[in-house]
Amino acid sequence: MTETPIIRLEGRLDTRTVPAAWLGAMAVLRRHSAVPVVVDAAAVDYCDGAGVALLLRLLSHRRPAGATVTLRGLSPKYQALLAQFKVDDYRGVDELAGGVKAESLPNRVGRITHAMWRDLREMVEFTGECLAACARVVVRPTRVRWGDVLSIAEEAGVNAVPIVVLLSWLLGVILAFQSAIPMKMFGAELYVANLLGMAVLRELGPIMTAIIFSGRTGAAFAAEIGTMKVNEEINALETMGLDPVRFLVVPRLLAAVAVMPLLAIISDLVCLAGGAMVMSAMNVPVTTYVNQIVGFVHPQDFVGGIAKSVVFGLLIAGTGCLRGLQTKSGASAVGQSTTRAVVTSITLIVIADGLFAVLSYQLGL
Amino acid sequence: MSDQDPIIRVEDLTVGYDGDILLDHLHFEVRPGEVFVILGGSGCGKSTLLKHMIGLYQPMSGGVLIGGDDIVTAAGEARLAILRRFGVMYQSGALFGSMTLLENVRLPLEEFTHLDDEAKNLDALMKLDLVGLRLFAGHLPSAISGGMQKRAGIARAMALDPIILFLDEPSAGLDPITSAELDQTILRLARNLGVTFVVVTHELPSIFTIADRVIMLDKVRQGIVAEGKPQDLREHSPDPWVRNFFNRHVEGTAP
Repeated sequence: MTETPIIRLEGRLDTRTVPAAWLGAMAVLRRHSAVPVVVDAAAVDYCDGAGVALLLRLLSHRRPAGATVTLRGLSPKYQALLAQFKVDDYRGVDELAGGVKAESLPNRVGRITHAMWRDLREMVEFTGECLAACARVVVRPTRVRWGDVLSIAEEAGVNAVPIVVLLSWLLGVILAFQSAIPMKMFGAELYVANLLGMAVLRELGPIMTAIIFSGRTGAAFAAEIGTMKVNEEINALETMGLDPVRFLVVPRLLAAVAVMPLLAIISDLVCLAGGAMVMSAMNVPVTTYVNQIVGFVHPQDFVGGIAKSVVFGLLIAGTGCLRGLQTKSGASAVGQSTTRAVVTSITLIVIADGLFAVLSYQLGL
Repeated sequence: MSDQDPIIRVEDLTVGYDGDILLDHLHFEVRPGEVFVILGGSGCGKSTLLKHMIGLYQPMSGGVLIGGDDIVTAAGEARLAILRRFGVMYQSGALFGSMTLLENVRLPLEEFTHLDDEAKNLDALMKLDLVGLRLFAGHLPSAISGGMQKRAGIARAMALDPIILFLDEPSAGLDPITSAELDQTILRLARNLGVTFVVVTHELPSIFTIADRVIMLDKVRQGIVAEGKPQDLREHSPDPWVRNFFNRHVEGTAP
């Protein structure tokens, strides 16, 4: 029979000295894991939160029956401090700290699949609600809040013109310049006009506008409606008997449908103007450039692009509003909704554009 | 419907989230013209109960009869008719931030009445006057204090002259003086206009000032632990926990 091991603590037990003491004391406990251990704290003259934590940790160490840890000599002042905590509550502290178990893979897959499925269902439901609300607009146009439509159209349309002009011009210049260099090697720089005309009117103009619109306006719709949701304003509308879809979503859809084609037309024109600038620097006269475009591009290319932009506008505004209405509570929820609005609408734009490409190919447009 | 009939009857209502029951088989009634207070500690489900009573959430089972019709099952025009019987003031006021106070109060009038503009403006201004905000009609919600926002919320809830007003934590976040003013506003409206109030709160001073009757909810027992006049409960409740609840706080807060 060996002597009972004693852990002797002395001096100050505070955040500076506890780390070393902790390691030493725990090592002793583990070394003598099957016999009773005594902690002698008679020489402790100061003890802060970390010191109490150390004592608590020693006393709550998991050990076989009979191999108890006893504390002796602690001054009454610190005993009162220690008495605030029940040692038994801290026996499972290791499990408590690491208590959040990692979710298993099948669980995770299932949960995410379920969430995606629910999201898809909500999107379909929302589309249905929007269609129904739009049908009611056609029947009774006076029920629409036209004042809201106008102010939203101004904010989403007129105020977006500078950024649309800037980016479209840049796109036109870059496209023309980058394609002119290789084409010049074949003496075919005039055909840059064909390339630009076709690509911009059919694809790039509408897509460029849509991406700006989703980042600028789709996000704004989600944030605005999301904040209203967090502030219980949506609840207030519902208990007043006002349908949030009619009240908030329909004006935004109408405004988007009105301004998106206009922005796309501006984008088209500015893009081509940017190209013209580069071409005239390469000694292709503007009239030649214009004639080349007009001779090559068909009206349906232009109209098709604009039709696409209307659909993009609907998708972006609808997604923005839906994500806003789906907002949970708290400030971070609004941020999440905004992010989701932009990501979803850009995804939908890509999908819709692909469908349009297939459609126009099949129709021979 | 006679005066003795309850104006709101909550029948066997069970509410919860994601399958976890929060309040189990509640049953209580609110009588016309009284100020009825739902109280309890944080997290006991009083705001949740309120949102079920106004039809925002779907209960797990049971019904809420407002003026004799069940809001849980009503749909379409019938539901709209029930919604018209009450107004709600939300905890944050929930005023529409882009509209002035007058426009906020006028909104329900625009949507549900055919009054001409002058009449709508005057009606809305009167409602603001009732809560002492006539001079702030042109202000945006962000330009006035929290207490004023709540009062404006009450004005908007009263826009269509409902017979019931639901108030969600009217005193939360207000200083004692503003809170007492709001209590006086509530009492005045209840006594002068005969509106029935259903108020969710946990502010004891406010309860003793305004409440005709209270129900007290408890998280552990998942239901009503006391019902009656607050003064009676403080003195004579058979449940010592309830007596303590009222007394302890009163000792600390009485002038």
